[in-house]
Amino acid sequence: MTVVSADVLPSGPLAVPEAAGTGAAELGPKARLWPSMAAVYRAQLSRARVARIPLLFVATFQSVGILIMMRGVVDGGSHDAQFVVAGSSVLVVAYVGLNLLAQYFGQLRGSGGLDHYATLPVPPAAVVLGAAGAYASFTVPGTVLTALFGCVLFGLPMGNIWILAAVVPLAGAALAGLGAALGLLAPRPELATLLGQLGMSGALLLGVLPADRMPDAVRFLRDLVPSTYGVEAFAQTFGAHPDWALVLGDLAVCAGVGVVSLTVAAWAYRRAAVR
Amino acid sequence: MCAVRGLGKTYPAVRGRRGAPGTPEVRATDDVTLDIRQGEIFGLLGPNGAGKSTLVRQLTGLMRPDAGSVEILGHDIVRHPERAARILAYLGQESSALDELTVSLAAETTARLRGLDLRDARAERDAVLDELGLTALAGRPLKKLSGGQRRLACVAAALVGERPLLVLDEPTTGMDPVARRAVWSAVDRRRAERGTTVLLVTHNVIEAETVLDRVAVLDQGKVIACDTPAGLKEQVAGEVRVELVWREKPPLDVPEVAALRDRAVESGRRWTLRLAPEEARVAVATVTGGAAFAALDDFTLATPSLEDVYLALGGNARSAQGLVKA
Ligand SMILES: Nc1ncnc2c1ncn2[C@@H]1O[C@H](COP(=O)(O)OP(=O)(O)OP(=O)(O)O)[C@@H](O)[C@H]1O
Ligand SMILES: [Mg+2]
Repeated sequence: MTVVSADVLPSGPLAVPEAAGTGAAELGPKARLWPSMAAVYRAQLSRARVARIPLLFVATFQSVGILIMMRGVVDGGSHDAQFVVAGSSVLVVAYVGLNLLAQYFGQLRGSGGLDHYATLPVPPAAVVLGAAGAYASFTVPGTVLTALFGCVLFGLPMGNIWILAAVVPLAGAALAGLGAALGLLAPRPELATLLGQLGMSGALLLGVLPADRMPDAVRFLRDLVPSTYGVEAFAQTFGAHPDWALVLGDLAVCAGVGVVSLTVAAWAYRRAAVR
Repeated sequence: MCAVRGLGKTYPAVRGRRGAPGTPEVRATDDVTLDIRQGEIFGLLGPNGAGKSTLVRQLTGLMRPDAGSVEILGHDIVRHPERAARILAYLGQESSALDELTVSLAAETTARLRGLDLRDARAERDAVLDELGLTALAGRPLKKLSGGQRRLACVAAALVGERPLLVLDEPTTGMDPVARRAVWSAVDRRRAERGTTVLLVTHNVIEAETVLDRVAVLDQGKVIACDTPAGLKEQVAGEVRVELVWREKPPLDVPEVAALRDRAVESGRRWTLRLAPEEARVAVATVTGGAAFAALDDFTLATPSLEDVYLALGGNARSAQGLVKA
């Protein structure tokens, strides 16, 4: 082993440049938002290959199971059927975006894994958005599969199914943002898991059935769950003459919740990173 | 380049819940003052729980100190913790953020998050993986590597992208000699070529003696000594370390052996004694002759190591056994 003693070290050009006046050295570059977000996104997507596939399968399996069970009580082609299909599809987003992401950030925080990101000059928003984006992407195959299967099973038209291209990212932003915020705010990883599960149960119980049959109190609760607006938007589009203004309105709520929850998550990240 | 003044951190007591006992408050770092010079490999040596990780987490802006100041290259890290990320690279004791990535992606992503563009990040990644002998493992997820290999991959992530200060918390844990050598020569190369400063946490005394320029010995949150390894050893230069390993039980019926027991640090069948040279000669004569010899399995005589320094400085004997000698 070669150990170079301190006094043979190069000084001058190789030495760290000192900024004039203040005596403080120049800082290294900051990572910019978009490139670092892309890097986090790519890393998270590759994690799916290593670690997440079984859970993505569970998410789809659960929704397809609900469709099959509900087929016994809901008539094909009915108004109720539209909610069942839309609700089960958005449930995949809630399972992965809300539940799994809350778990992931809870565990990362609990195990000290956030230290890695916190000692890199990366904007908090890049870590949160990159991870949330990746988790929202994981939901695409399951959501599409559930929607197609549901349409076939309940005899619904597939003409407007392209709306999923807007529903998945916007409901994904709202639910993944909420998941990230819960995961980063929960004081303990078990609590993050619990909150994520509760959020998903809410989406399941309140999203799959049409609102008209619910008591007022439950309806109020349903309005508080962000996944509801994704379900409403998607369910509208099965009708013969969808009210596109209502669809846009519901999607706008998703987008709004997404912006707020992702902002809170980025703030929570910063708070969790420096204790 | 790095000045630490009066740094302190106390973890608050946790009250027990439902019959479970609580934990008392812990002074993890206690009025720590250090100066690290540019271009040196500076070590923090101490047993488990001495406060080494807590100290480096305060230096890297990860933890707000209760008291004291940290200045790195002229920047106040307590007031501006976010600046630390632009001055230093940190290798923590945990790898959970990278566990599910492949070695290659872990290094590349870290380089990009350190502000490199895609081309530079990939070039740096390839260079560092090659330097550490990780190229053959590049496509494997960290999770599926052995402990030492995983640690090496984390070192790779810490080394990508240039930083004037490297803060490495036990970088070589679990590594075989080949991997260790790769790490130390990578660190040395950065120092020779760029004047990189290294702050290294270890509880391995042999490593401390061979790679460190200066070392601070930490015990229960306090710096109990800070000097070059040679300088520290001079403090106990007049002593010799005698290690005795008994076959089964020490022959306490031999009065000379019974007398030695009072001065020995016992760990299992091994006794460690620090004696003046004359005393050591007598002790060796006693155990290698007569009745005691039959009970003796092995003995060594050695000049003092940093472990002896630690003991002589008043570090408690039980925690000194936590220092690794390998
Ligand atoms: N999050 C925490 N909450 C409460 N006490 C803590 C916490 N982290 C560390 N401690 C306590 O602070 C002391 C110093 O811990 P630290 O992790 O700094 O030790 P260390 O020198 O790095 O040990 P090791 O060699 O095992 O890594 C220990 O007594 C430890 O139990
Ligand atoms: Mg430690």
